[in-house]
Amino acid sequence: MTETITAAGMSPAIVALFIFVLACFIGYFVIWGVTPSLHTPLISLTNAISGIIIVGAILVAGSANATGLEQGIGFIAVTLASINIFGGFAVTQRMLSMFKKKDK
Amino acid sequence: MFNIDTLAIFYLISASLFILGLKGLTHPSTARRGNYFAMIGMVIAIAATLVSPAVQNYSLIIAGLALGAVIGIVIAMKIDMKAMPQLVAAFHSLVGLTAVLVAIGTYTEHAAAGHIGGITLVELGVGAFIGAVTFTGSLIAFGKLQGIMSGNPIVFKGQHMLNLALGIASLLLVIQFYQQGGLMPLLLITAIALALGFLLIIPIGGADMPVVVSMLNSYSGWAAAATGFTLGNHALIVTGALVGFSGAILSFIMCRAMNRSFISVILGGFGGEDDEGSEAAQAANQGVKSAAVEDLAFMIENASKVIVIPGYGMAVAQAQHALKELTEILDEKEIEIKFAIHPVAGRMPGHMNVLLAEADIPYDHVAEMEDINPEFATADVALVVGANDVTNPAAKTDKSSPIYGMPILDVEKARYVFVIKRSMRPGYSGIDNLLYYRDNCSMVFGDAKEVCESLTNELKNS
Repeated sequence: MTETITAAGMSPAIVALFIFVLACFIGYFVIWGVTPSLHTPLISLTNAISGIIIVGAILVAGSANATGLEQGIGFIAVTLASINIFGGFAVTQRMLSMFKKKDK
Repeated sequence: MFNIDTLAIFYLISASLFILGLKGLTHPSTARRGNYFAMIGMVIAIAATLVSPAVQNYSLIIAGLALGAVIGIVIAMKIDMKAMPQLVAAFHSLVGLTAVLVAIGTYTEHAAAGHIGGITLVELGVGAFIGAVTFTGSLIAFGKLQGIMSGNPIVFKGQHMLNLALGIASLLLVIQFYQQGGLMPLLLITAIALALGFLLIIPIGGADMPVVVSMLNSYSGWAAAATGFTLGNHALIVTGALVGFSGAILSFIMCRAMNRSFISVILGGFGGEDDEGSEAAQAANQGVKSAAVEDLAFMIENASKVIVIPGYGMAVAQAQHALKELTEILDEKEIEIKFAIHPVAGRMPGHMNVLLAEADIPYDHVAEMEDINPEFATADVALVVGANDVTNPAAKTDKSSPIYGMPILDVEKARYVFVIKRSMRPGYSGIDNLLYYRDNCSMVFGDAKEVCESLTNELKNS
């Protein structure tokens, strides 16, 4: 697995680093565009999407050769990340639905 | 058929949807669509992971997802908007703990299978470290915001040296882990990081909470990114970087709005929760004018433009609904009313905006500091409801003041200023507010909600 060479000739770790740095730039520009009045929903939305860590939790819990303990760890991790995802999206939705223009 | 490339394509789609989701928050009118984009992105990422060949065991995952969904949605629906800062702090701690669990679980599973490269070990160590700092740090922030523990900074001698020592110790452990692997170093890194998260947040006072909330938001993103590196999962890396940067930028904006450096916030010791009245505040009683609600109502009645400055005191008193009524009355009387929001008003970025939105005050009545500041000169009445330091002209004039240089709302430039306040007790930072001694300023003493309610009654009857 470690000696896998990608088409560009880079090791997987460098590919990952590449993606990471470019994503930081995207983050920088996108976040500066967010209106200050929506900073609280921004925090709750980023909180919800950081629940993507559930992918790691699923891999731990669902692995074919996981021991009982590892399954337990995975289960807790999935649950916690899931609280984050559902709670984060729901509370963001709740907040955003409050932001209204004048009805007239 | 379903190989690693297919999976990667799905992750790419979900990462793109997350970016579009955040982009949606550029304006309130596109924000809800943004949230839907992000939700779809999440569904795709989870579904793709579930059907990937690496996942063999479903029952526990489904159970965990369902349990988390119920808990998460119930909390999200019940939470009081005033308590949003605590809620996000609690949610951040969950991300941190998940990162720790994933790091440990991934390590033991891969160690059993017998192949972990050195780089992966470093990534695992870093992931566990950031996750653990995020976990305990967020718990302390939650405790302070929820009032379980005092908002006063907890400082002791040698604190920073201790933190430094713990930091160096974890660095050494990561190196050892890199060279030899082993569960013990990983658990030790986690243990030290748990202590460090705790120690890093306790010295930070209540006044700096908006920075802390943003900072932990950032940490939770970096924790996700580190996990992404470990798993070679690009969706996690991209999302983690977005969230990490989001929190970092918010921390920067909050620091700038308080004219504090990030370092000085981290070092802590500034701004307690409940500073009892200082001598300056006692003396202050002599120099200020006080006004009755009737006076305030009269001035507003005759104004053509009113600017309201809400602060955390408004949230504590739950005065926002009375302010909504005030907005309606003034709209009817064709008196212009606006709300001026300082970036650090409240306990987290954007906190006031959410509370005003919750009270049904249309967002076009609400303006940010840079936009509203030039307008104070044309306002007849500025009404300060539960805000303090962000209106203090000492930030501009008094070089010896701790808040000197902090950008403030130019409240003093309004023709008449009324401050609704319970007592002359100074605000968060414990600094006396020079605004109160200005000739055009009068204090209306009382609970923010009660004063606002009697104000609206007064206006209705006239």
